[in-house]
Amino acid sequence: MSDNLVLEAKSVSKFFGTITALQNVDLHLNKGEVLGVVGDNGAGKSTLMKVLSGLYKPSEGSLFFDKEKVTLNSPRDSQNLGLEMVYQDLALAGNLPIGDNIFLGREPTRKVGPFNFLDHKKRKQLTEEHLAKLKINVKSADQKVEELSGGQRQAVAIARATAFNAKIVLMDEPTAALAVKEVGKVLDLILNLKKLGVSVIVISHRMDDIFTVCDRVMALFQGTNFAESELKNTSRDEVIGWIMGKKD
Amino acid sequence: MDHGEKRLMDKNQETLFVRLIPFFERYGILLLILIMIAVLHLLQPDVFLSWRNVTNIFKQVSWQSMLALGVFMVIVTAGIDLSVGSIIMLSLMGLAIASKAGMPWYVVMLVAPAIGFLCGMFNGIGITLLRMPHPFIMTLGTLYIFRGIGNLISGGVPITGFAEQIRVIGNGKIKLDAFFGEGAREYIPTSLILMIVIFFIFWIFLNHTRIGKWIYAIGGNPGAARAAGINVDRILIVVYTLCGFLAGIGGLILAGRTNSAYPNAGLQSELDAIAAVIIGGASFFGGRGTVLGVFAGVMIMGILRNGLNLMNVSVFWQQVLIGSIIILAVYIDVLRRQLATRT
Repeated sequence: MSDNLVLEAKSVSKFFGTITALQNVDLHLNKGEVLGVVGDNGAGKSTLMKVLSGLYKPSEGSLFFDKEKVTLNSPRDSQNLGLEMVYQDLALAGNLPIGDNIFLGREPTRKVGPFNFLDHKKRKQLTEEHLAKLKINVKSADQKVEELSGGQRQAVAIARATAFNAKIVLMDEPTAALAVKEVGKVLDLILNLKKLGVSVIVISHRMDDIFTVCDRVMALFQGTNFAESELKNTSRDEVIGWIMGKKD
Repeated sequence: MDHGEKRLMDKNQETLFVRLIPFFERYGILLLILIMIAVLHLLQPDVFLSWRNVTNIFKQVSWQSMLALGVFMVIVTAGIDLSVGSIIMLSLMGLAIASKAGMPWYVVMLVAPAIGFLCGMFNGIGITLLRMPHPFIMTLGTLYIFRGIGNLISGGVPITGFAEQIRVIGNGKIKLDAFFGEGAREYIPTSLILMIVIFFIFWIFLNHTRIGKWIYAIGGNPGAARAAGINVDRILIVVYTLCGFLAGIGGLILAGRTNSAYPNAGLQSELDAIAAVIIGGASFFGGRGTVLGVFAGVMIMGILRNGLNLMNVSVFWQQVLIGSIIILAVYIDVLRRQLATRT
C-alpha cells in the first residue's frame, strides 16, 4: 500500500441494537486522492462517514489518521486531526454573510483591553483570500448566503470545511440538490481541492459525479465491502451493478 | 426619443431605484419617525416639540425600551418572551420590599436587576433543559408565576416611597444651566442617558462579539450553529437571562419614575415590547433585526401614543391605531422583501 496514506479504517463494525449497519468494513484514502463511495440506500455509506468524522463510535475496528491509531469522541476530535465534513443539509445560516458562515464558531477576534471583539476586517480578508484560492466566484464576501444559488451555497459549505487547512474532506451527496448547470462548478471545486493536496471522500448516487472527479470507487452493500476499483479499470455499468449487489 | 434610448432610461431609473432599496431597508424607519415628528409638529406647533413634551416621551419610553431590547434578542433567536411584563412587576415589588425593610439604597438598587436576572435565567433553563416544545409555553407559564409571586410577596397592595437615589434613575434631571443660563428649565432626563448607554452596550454586544454573532446564527439556522460547535442551549440561557436582566432594569427605572410599586405595573407591556420590536423591522422567524431598529420601534410607539394624547384622541382609538400600525409595518416589510428578492 502507498506511503501517502492519510486515513484508514480497519474492519469497522457498527451495531445499533440488533441492527448491523456496518460489518468489518475497510477503507483507505491517500493524500490528494478523491475516493467515491457508492451504495444503495441503507448500504451503510452515511454510517461509515459518521464513524470517520467521530459522530458515531465504531462498535468494533479501528481508525488511523496518518498511520496513527486514534479514538474519536466527537466531530471536534476529527476536525483537530484535519478532517471536515460537508453536511448534506449544508449547515449554513442563510441570514449571515458568506464570511460569517465560513468562520462561524471560529471567528477571528482582536483584544481590546480585557474584551475580545470580532475582527471584521480580518474575517473579510481571510474570506476573500480563501475564496480566491478555491476559485469560488461570488459578488462579495458580505453577500448573505440566502441570496446565493444552490451551487454557490454548496461552494460556501465546502469553503467552510476547508478554511482551516483540512487535509481530508467528506462530502455527502454534494450535487444532489443542485441545478444541472451548477453541478459542474461543484465538481470543478472538488478537483481544485485535489490539486491543493486535499483528500476527498464523495458519497454520490450520480455516476457522472463519480466518473468526473474520482480516482477510485468503492461500493458498500448491506453494510459490507462489496467491490472496489481504480476508476480507470471499471465502467459505469459495472459500478451500477455493484450498487444493486451484482458482480460478474 | 427612440425606443432604444427609452429602454436605456428605464434601465437607469430602475438601477437607481434598486440601489435605493438597501438605503430604505436601513434608514426607512428613521424616515418614518421624521415624518411623524413633522406631522405632529404641524398639528401641535406649540406643544409637541417643546422641551417638556420631548423629555416626557423619553421618560415614558425609557423603561419600555428595556423590555423591547430584551425581547428583541430573544426574537432574534426565533424565540419569544411573554413574561417580561411580569418580571418588571416582580422586580419592582422586590425592590419595594427591600426598600421598606430599610436596606441601604445601593442594595435596593441591585435588587430589581438581580431579580430580573434570576427570572430570565429560570426561563432560559426551563426552555433548554426541560425541553419545552416552544419558548411561548415556558414564558406563558412564568407570565402567571412571576406576577403571582409579586402579588404574594406584596400582599397585592401598592408600596410607595423610595430613597432619593432610586428616584433619580427614573425621574432625575441633568440641568443644562451651562447652555441655557442660570435657572433654566431645560434638562436631560437621567433615564434617557441610561437608555442610550444600555442600547450602545447591547449594540456592541450583538454586532461586535462572538456570542452576538452566534445569537444571530442560532436564529438563522440552529442546526448550522450546532454543527459549528456552538453550545446552542448555553447561548439561549444567556439570551433569556439578559432579557430578564433588562426587564429588571426596566423595573428599576419604573420605580424611580412612579415612586411606587403597584400590582398592575407592566401589565401587557410584553405586548408593547413585541410590537416595538416588530415595527422596528425584526423578523419573528429569527435571525433578522437591528438594535437601531428596536430603538426606532420604541420611539414610534412612544411618539404615536404621545401625539394621540396631545390631540385628545381616546385610548380606544389609540389601541385601534397601534394595532393597525403593527400590521402595516409588517406588510410594508413583506412588500420590501418581495422587491429586494425579485430577479
